[in-house]
Amino acid sequence: MVEFLNMGGYAEFIWPSWAITLVVLGVLLMQSLKSMRSNERLLADMEAQSPRRRRRAAQKAEKVEG
Amino acid sequence: MLHRFANPTRFLRLANAVLPWLTGMTVLIIGTGIYFAFAASPPDYQQGETVRIMYVHVPSAWMAMFAYAFIAVASAVGLIWKHPVAHVCALAAAPVGACFTLICLTTGSLWGKPMWGTWWVWDARLTSVLILFFLYLAFIALANAFDDSSRGEKASAVLALVGSVILPVIKFSVDWWNTLHQPASVTKVGMPSVDASMLTPLMLMALGFTTLFFVLVIIRTRSELAARRVNALRSARIHSETGKPETSPTTGGNQG
Repeated sequence: MVEFLNMGGYAEFIWPSWAITLVVLGVLLMQSLKSMRSNERLLADMEAQSPRRRRRAAQKAEKVEG
Repeated sequence: MLHRFANPTRFLRLANAVLPWLTGMTVLIIGTGIYFAFAASPPDYQQGETVRIMYVHVPSAWMAMFAYAFIAVASAVGLIWKHPVAHVCALAAAPVGACFTLICLTTGSLWGKPMWGTWWVWDARLTSVLILFFLYLAFIALANAFDDSSRGEKASAVLALVGSVILPVIKFSVDWWNTLHQPASVTKVGMPSVDASMLTPLMLMALGFTTLFFVLVIIRTRSELAARRVNALRSARIHSETGKPETSPTTGGNQG
């Protein structure tokens, strides 16, 4: 086990490499999910509030603005 | 075929159907890749255990280039066919590409210090990948620089296309110039000059990173599409309340 962690003396390079990889990708994934959930929740709330007439106007606005 | 998914709702329906499968595949493939990287592959006769850094460095380098090519293609589709989801996908992919480039650069340095004796050298490969990183940042900055998001989309799309010249430079840098970075051993003419025991974790991690890329792009595209719908609803609400005609500029979504 100790030999494995020691990685032939290169531990100080190998473990940080993998740690940086997993942390950077992990943080990116977490932030992306958080943003998606918050935006979709906000959208769902707003669509629940607005009557059909406004929803159609919003769809039109979206199409115009692309 | 592409115009079927010009409708954001249809795009979302496909994306959401595919997402759980992609996520499952990502977890499985990366998990297996990690197992092979540490438990089921030998140390290299030259590099020793530091070869295990290659199992994240090389796949992230490939993804850094793939993501940029994805952005360039999406930008072209958005500019030429005005496909409304194309630019959103490009914007979604940019931070992902930037992260892979960052991982490539840092793991490369961590490999280079014990192997070459230096954290950095201004050779053609390293320098051009650093430029790629700055291109990603410039793309993101430019896309967000305008109040009117469609201007930002067009400007950043043009930047993406012009900047795509960096990809062949990166790829061929080790052939065109005398570099410290070693020449290609996998993506070359003829068989890869890497042993199967090492090719396996390498390819698994590359595949896992690819599926992860698409998972992230789908999530981020959904997020941006929702944010744009929110803005559209808000401006519709304002117009219906004030009775003004709809002339407000769009603002970009909450990319958070």
